[in-house]
This record gives sequence, structure tokens and C-alpha cells, in this order.
Amino acid sequence: MRTILEVAGLSKIYGHGCPLCAEATGPDRDTNLCRHCGSVVAALDVDLRLHEGEILGIMGESGSGKSTLVRLLYFDEPPSRGTATWHDPALPPVDLFTLDAARQRRLRNHKFGMVYQNPHLGLNFNVSAGGNIAERLLMSDLANYGEIRGRARELLARTEVQLERMDESPRTFSGGMQQRVQIAKALATRPALLLLDEVTTGLDLSVQARILDLILEIQQELRTAMVVVTHDLGVIRLLAGRTIVMKYGRVIESGLTDQVLEDPQHAYTQRLVASSL
Amino acid sequence: MNPNYELDPDEVAYNFGFLDEFAKREVRRAILKAIAIPGYQTPYASREMPMGRGFGTGGLQLTLALVGPDDRLKVIDQGSDDSVNAVNLRRFIELTCPGVDTTEATREATLIQSRHRIPEHPLGEDQVLVLQVPYPDPLVLVEPSERKRKAMHGEGDYSRLLTRLYEDIVQFEEITIAHRYPTRIAAHYVIDPSPIPRYDVPRLHHSPALILLGAGRERKIYAVPPYTDAVPLAFDDVPFRVEAFLDPDGVRRPCARCGATDTYLDEFLDAAGAKVYQCSDSHCCNERCLSGQQEGAR
Amino acid sequence: MEPVLRVEGLAKQFLLHEQGERIPSCAEVFLEAWEGRLTALVGPTGAGKSSVLKCIYRTYLPSAGRMLYRDRAGRLLDLARAGEHEMLELRRGELGFVTQFLYCLPRRSALDVVAEPLVAQGVDRGAARDRAGAMLSRLCVPERLWGVPPATFSGGEKQRVNLARGLLGRPRLLLLDEPTASLDPATAERAVEVIQSMKADRVAMLAIFHHPHLVTRLADQVVELGQPLAACAGKDH
Repeated sequence: MRTILEVAGLSKIYGHGCPLCAEATGPDRDTNLCRHCGSVVAALDVDLRLHEGEILGIMGESGSGKSTLVRLLYFDEPPSRGTATWHDPALPPVDLFTLDAARQRRLRNHKFGMVYQNPHLGLNFNVSAGGNIAERLLMSDLANYGEIRGRARELLARTEVQLERMDESPRTFSGGMQQRVQIAKALATRPALLLLDEVTTGLDLSVQARILDLILEIQQELRTAMVVVTHDLGVIRLLAGRTIVMKYGRVIESGLTDQVLEDPQHAYTQRLVASSL
Repeated sequence: MNPNYELDPDEVAYNFGFLDEFAKREVRRAILKAIAIPGYQTPYASREMPMGRGFGTGGLQLTLALVGPDDRLKVIDQGSDDSVNAVNLRRFIELTCPGVDTTEATREATLIQSRHRIPEHPLGEDQVLVLQVPYPDPLVLVEPSERKRKAMHGEGDYSRLLTRLYEDIVQFEEITIAHRYPTRIAAHYVIDPSPIPRYDVPRLHHSPALILLGAGRERKIYAVPPYTDAVPLAFDDVPFRVEAFLDPDGVRRPCARCGATDTYLDEFLDAAGAKVYQCSDSHCCNERCLSGQQEGAR
Repeated sequence: MEPVLRVEGLAKQFLLHEQGERIPSCAEVFLEAWEGRLTALVGPTGAGKSSVLKCIYRTYLPSAGRMLYRDRAGRLLDLARAGEHEMLELRRGELGFVTQFLYCLPRRSALDVVAEPLVAQGVDRGAARDRAGAMLSRLCVPERLWGVPPATFSGGEKQRVNLARGLLGRPRLLLLDEPTASLDPATAERAVEVIQSMKADRVAMLAIFHHPHLVTRLADQVVELGQPLAACAGKDH
């Protein structure tokens, strides 16, 4: 099992930061906000390691920094500090944050995929569902209309989107279907790493089950490594082999998912698990 | 514009070509940069001109920066030498460039300024074509932010533009862009070739003449250097097509005036309200009529 | 013959931060498991039998002790200190655990739930489902239930699905936590047969049984918990 991503010391501070930020914030201080300089410490010194084909869960409540983490990895925002080493079998390992913007965009378009909680961030609503997928395929130099359309159809069928609606804008779709179009779009380039940010939060339970099922099937079929961000313990248990728990930007605990849920070591994790309905 | 207007003797001391020499030099520098980076929208400080923006100030600045007393100038608008805009521009240049020859004959001109068409008669290596451009950036269709557009151009990422073409094919089974067809220059930058019809786009490819494009309001100059690849965006299996001008029976319409079947035709309504098709390039049409008459006379 | 697993001095206690309490679960556990043999864990309720199994599977982090496991390649490693990815690999290929609980996706059919470990090992999905069906048949799960998600099953039916899933994987070491507790006598009998057949397949087993007579029938070795020093009662066949 090969490591594909190694994150070390990843931090994100909104504001100019000061030497006291670290000790003024965190679970012990019960805040993200540094009282000395007003900066928000969204993530601090996060380490994690991801293997080929595995699903890593990132669990935490609001303000935990879990969404910040995946946004940093997807280059939506630059980090304040830290490295993220990407191991591609064909190339020497490289720290993603040292790449120039063009190379980062290349990786983002070809090797990574992201599914946002809000479909407006991941989809272009001015374009049809099929067009959204075509857009991603067109970034990778595919130039044959027939092939593009065929592949878009394939992907939408795979994510169980009604094919009769592939030429409609996702504006008219239900929330669950919008998420499925997002997943189809993210998978269009067969990414090695898929980031899923609270993708089922806010959806009906039956819809949620369908999407989780789909995610697992895809992982088994394509061996895509995934990072699943959620606050839902049920989702973590079902999808992730390993989990990290975050609070106020710090990693509180990490381990095998069943161990974190059944034998939590940290006080916060114990509280979290005990509170789940 | 008053055709009897003459410059006051002390105003005659004004510079040849309206712009001062320093201004012309800067425009020429921008032109050189544009040629060096084919298809790249080179920014420049567009001057105040005595006509409103949208009336060809960009093309005019290019012409004025390049024109010399030995040049022979042709100005057309929609293919015609005698439309209002073409006439006004030509008169302005005559006024501010004393001694410059003007002509309607394409093959005799050294410098051609045009709005919305490329002349039918093929251009040569010693000619320069200046096209007037309203909006230089083809990506403005899909992305409102200039900063993001610049990044997309820089990385050659035109996927959103191609998606637009895809959507056209899905909806209409063909690409419906009629003019300003996005064209890739030298395998990198995609340009808006100005509102020339699709019919004229193939003339950009490996043209012996230098083609310059100026947008005055948007302050950009770009170029298709001679003998450069200019490939309209399309898919492998949905190739680029030009207007066919076929009648309902599938026969190519001729020009009602000169009978030509190989030119771009404008559609008019005659006095009776019927549709009439006629060459858009007035000079070409006149020539053919003339040679047709001579033929007839023989 | 070398044991597949040797547990030395295993102890588990829970530290509950909120309550500020230390809850002991098991202590000073010594046991061994061998290929093709079943070791039974016995003792009163609360003696920590399930905890021992969970520690071995790493669902619990042991507080003390070593759990020396010899994998299929012959390497010896301490499961207490093994890395997370290593544990995931072992669970995929060599370690099986039949628990009391069935966690699975609401939409997965029983057949797919049972077939899952095989699919994870790389077996073709169709073949995996065939074998899953065969195992479900052996455990008296009627075919009409195979296509149904187990969420709606009775306790006994869920247990059979769990058993089928655990047994199908043919692990090197199989942990069984009261595998027949909710089964009717007829099905329990079938389960016993399958477990016996596992021995022939050289699967090492560590089991907790609800009924003492099952211990009598199936166990080659019995380990008794309940006292701080676990006695290794010999019952070698």
C-alpha cells in the first residue's frame, strides 16, 4: 500500500498572526480566535498520511478546520505554513505548495477531484449537467465531441442521474441529484485523490444512503483514494478505514475508525462519540 | 464631417497622422510586441480621438501609427468603400495625413483598414490589414473576471469556451457562432478575430499579409503575424464550416449584381420586398461587373 | 507448531475523562491460537472476554501487553504496536472478526454485504456473490432474503449474515464473539458444522461462546478469564 499524500505541519491562519496565536487558541482555550492579534487559527500543525485507494475520514464540528484542510489541499486557498508531499509513481515526490499556480491547476484538474457541500461551488449552473462534465474533460485535451458526450453519459449513468436530463441545467435538479452530478464531474478525469466535503449533509437520509453507497462502489471499482470530511459519525463509520478528529484547527486524535469510535482516547472524542444520537 | 473643411494654416503645423511621433512610437512598440507574441492581447494606452469609442478608434490608431506619405490606403466597412463610416475615416486620414493616396483597389493598397470583413482579393506580403475590434477577449463570454481570464489565456485553458461550443452542438446540432469565431493562433492564444464572418476566418491562416487587430475602447492590440497558424476552435468530429449560401435546392447563390459564386454575400431587400443577395466586397463586385461588361462587349 | 497468535500480559482499561474514572476491562491475559484449532475464552459476564477480542482486532487500544501475530508470510509482529495501515491490510486479508453488530450501508443487499470481504481481496464480484450465496444457504438464510438489505432483518438473521461474512473471507485468524447467541438450535448446528470445517481449512480461531456445550464441542483449548491472573486450563485434544 503506497503512500500518495503526506501532509506535515499544515496551518492556516486568517489575519497576520502573532507568536502567541498557537497557545492562545485551540481546544484548551476553547476558541479559534487569538485574543492578542485577532487572527483566526483555522488549522494548526496538521499531519496526515494517505495511502493509495484508502478512505480517510476527517471528523469534527463547525470551526474544527476540517473543511479548511481540504480547501488547502485543493488549492482553493494558500496555506500559512506546512507541506503536502504528493507521491506520483511516475514522478519524484513534490511538495504541492511549492508548485507554481499553473502546475497546481494542472494537478487540480487532472489528478484531484473535489465535491463540495454546496453544489454551486462545484458546478456551473449556466451549463447543462452534461456540459459540466464536458468542461472537465475538455481541460484534458479530449477533442472529440462524440467521445466527450459518450463519456459524460457514462459518468452520469454511473452516478444514477437521469440521462434524459443530462442537457438540462443542474439548477432544476434535486439536492441529491446535484451532488451526484458533482461526483460524476469530479470523477471525469479519473482522479487519484477525491476530496468530499460534507457531501451528504443536508440531504434526506434515503438520498444520503444512495450517495454513500455510490462513493463506496466507486472506491472499490476505481481504487480512488478519498478524504471524507463530515461531522456525522455514521458516515465516518461506513466509509472511512481511518479517521482523524479535529477541533479548533488541531488534530485531537487519529486512528482506525472503529477504534476512534469505540475506544476514543481523548476527552473531546469521548464527548463527541457519547453525544451521537 | 464637413467635406470642405480645411486646416487653418497654423493648424497645418500639426503632426502628420494626428498623433505625435512619441505616441506613434509607443503604438508601434505595442504592435511589435503583439507580433512577437501571436494572438496575445497587448495592452496599450489608447488615445483620445475625435470620434466616439465604438467607431473604430483602435483600428484608426494602428493605421495612424503606421501610415507614411508613401502609403496607399484603403478603408472599408462591411466590405464596402463607400459606407458612411469608411468614408468618414478615410476623409479624416486624408485630412491629417496630407499627401497620402487613397484607393478602392485592394491590390493597390499598402495599408487596409477594415471593419467586419477581410477583402475577397488575396493579400500579399507587402500589405498590412488593420481590423477594428469591439471586444478583444473571446473568454468574456464565459468569465467576467479579467484576472481569471488572463490566467486562462496564460495557461491555454479554453475548456469553458469549448464547453460553450459543446452546448451549441447539443442544442442545435452545430456550432451557431456566426461571427467573432474563436480562433487559436500559433497553437496557444485563442483570439476573437473581430466581427468578421466565419467565411473570412480561413483567410487568417498563413496569410502572407500582416494582420493587426486594435480595440480602442478596450485598449488592446493583437496580431496574426504572416504565415502563422490560425485554427478556428472545433471538435475532431464536428469540424469548422463556413457559410455556404445555398438556396433551398442546395445550389450556391450567385451575386445578383456580378454573378460571382465565390464571394461572401450580403442579404438585402429590394424595393419590392424580395430578398436579394449581393457581394459584400464592393470593390470586388465592381471589378467583376466591369470585366463582365467588357466580356459582354467583346 | 508455532502459534498464529500469542497474547502476553494483555490488559485493557478505559480512561473516562469526563467522569475522571478508570474502568478496568481485562488484565494479565495470556493465550495462544493455532492453525486449525479453536481456542475458547470463558468467564463470567464482565470478565472482559469481548474486550480481549477487540484488543486483538485493534478496535480497542491495549493498555499493556503484547499480541504477537505471525502472518501468512511468516513475519512476527506485535498487533498492539502495528501501524494503522498495517492493521487495515491485515483486516483485509488475514484477520476476521464476527461481532455482535452489523454495520453496513442501508442499501446494500445481504448478498453484497457477505461478498464484500472477498471483493475487497480482489475476487470478481460475480464469483464473490456466488460464494456468498452458498454460505448463506449453509447457514439457512432463505434465498428470498439475499437481495434485501439486512437493516430490516431479525437479530438471528443479522447474526447469520455476520457469520457468513466472517467465515467467507477464510482469514488466517478468526475472532468470534458469541456467533450463535441469537440462533435457533437447527441453525446453530449448521454454524457449528461450518466452524468445524474452518479447522480443516487451517483457520485459527479464538471464540467466545454463549453456551458451554459449544465450548465442549468446538474448543481445542480453553482460556478462562475473570481472575486477574488468567488460568490456562488445558483441554488439549
